[in-house]
Amino acid sequence: MADSPPAPAMLKTPLHSLHVELGAKMVPFAGYDMPVSYPAGILAEHRQCREAAALFDVSHMGQVRLVGADAAAALETLVPVDVVGLDIGKQRYALFTNDAGGILDDLMVTRRADHLFLVVNAGCKAADIAHLRATIASRCRIEPMPEHALLALQGPAAAAVIGRLAPALATLTFMTGADARIAGIDCFATRSGYTGEDGFEISVAARDAEALARALLAEPEVAPAGLGARDTLRLEAGLCLYGHEIDTTTTPIEAGLTWAIQKVRRPGGDRAGGYPGAATIERQLGRGTERKRVGLIGAERAPVREGAAIVDDVGIAIGRVTSGTIGPSVGKPIALAYVPTARAAPGTKLDAEVRGKRQPMQVVPLPFTPHRYFRG
Amino acid sequence: MPVLYTSDHEWIDTGDAEAATVGITTHAQDALGDVVFVDLPAVGTSFKKGEVAGVVESVKAAADLYMPVGGEVVEVNEALRADPSLANSDPLGAGWFFKVRLSDQAETASLLDQAAYDALVKEA
Repeated sequence: MADSPPAPAMLKTPLHSLHVELGAKMVPFAGYDMPVSYPAGILAEHRQCREAAALFDVSHMGQVRLVGADAAAALETLVPVDVVGLDIGKQRYALFTNDAGGILDDLMVTRRADHLFLVVNAGCKAADIAHLRATIASRCRIEPMPEHALLALQGPAAAAVIGRLAPALATLTFMTGADARIAGIDCFATRSGYTGEDGFEISVAARDAEALARALLAEPEVAPAGLGARDTLRLEAGLCLYGHEIDTTTTPIEAGLTWAIQKVRRPGGDRAGGYPGAATIERQLGRGTERKRVGLIGAERAPVREGAAIVDDVGIAIGRVTSGTIGPSVGKPIALAYVPTARAAPGTKLDAEVRGKRQPMQVVPLPFTPHRYFRG
Repeated sequence: MPVLYTSDHEWIDTGDAEAATVGITTHAQDALGDVVFVDLPAVGTSFKKGEVAGVVESVKAAADLYMPVGGEVVEVNEALRADPSLANSDPLGAGWFFKVRLSDQAETASLLDQAAYDALVKEA
């Protein structure tokens, strides 16, 4: 339980001093010194997001522009996703795949008037940028945006807050984005997030980030939330976290992300294949996979955490938990796990092994808490 | 002083000659964050000093609960089992974990007094 001071080389986001001022507990994450929680604590911050609005600093994530007329077609050579067909102002979830059909990273892509705007994971951003440069640099300009911060305002009251500060943004629907001026600060906002709630992610120049954060925090519905609550919220929302549910050893099909592969990129589609690992992914689209990502809910009280084995009736390990906690809104142990497809149907009873004891669990449909996105 | 501490951030109140009370410190609950689950030992079980007697889990992490002294568990805090957040709201009082009948009173000699524990926390 010893507290370890951050290493001196730790990176800081433009909101670092604000986090410290707000009393955040700072922890190292993906090379950054990040707030895991504020004095309210993870549970209160989680509830804040489910009941009102929470402000997250996600500036550690990578923001990248792909500029040029050929950018969308070029990006399609790296992701099994329809980027060419994405209208201006629309946003889509995507995955960088490798030659084995594994996942290098997951990302958000927004089509803007003159470029594609990408948001990638903090821990993968250096590798992602190198990957983009090595593969499609001849077809479009690859412009990392380290001078930009990213704020996420999430929760049922987010729309009311944004409606007051930037009325033009109130008409955005889920997975769309627009330039905006929030409290007088120029930014680009998308109606998206990682909590299962309605909300916005706001890309803003680093020099304006603190003023924007303070303006949002000054609104009565808003309180800051850290990475701890972000994790419990996304887990209840059934969303994958790179390095946990998805990595180079899991495919989009195994991970239950088949929905992210639009018809036009599947066999028979106009732009089928043409991305790394297409052969494997197409085979799995046709025949299914041996294992699948599922949601599990615990019948007892003990949390079932990442790494716990899922065991069969005679105690042989048949699967593994990739994330798990007590769902603050669910009120029970929840987990994401890989299990054999034959045991993946909702209602299937499975045991997780926790400290040598079996914890009865049951496969349930995801998400654990209903998504409340604003679709207009 | 009847209340002593371990370097694992547990406290033990030896004021009652029949059984000492064990819990986690204010610093421990603060470092853990919101406690959501406790696994308490079975009454009647005997442990040696330093053995794992239970588990305390927050939203983020699980921590072992070590036996500060050897002895037999004679009572556990059922109220804490039902409401683990007592470990956060009243760690030194209503959030106690279990009571233990010491097997060897001399083992308390190696525990920290208030001043020594405060110094340890300050260092951390």
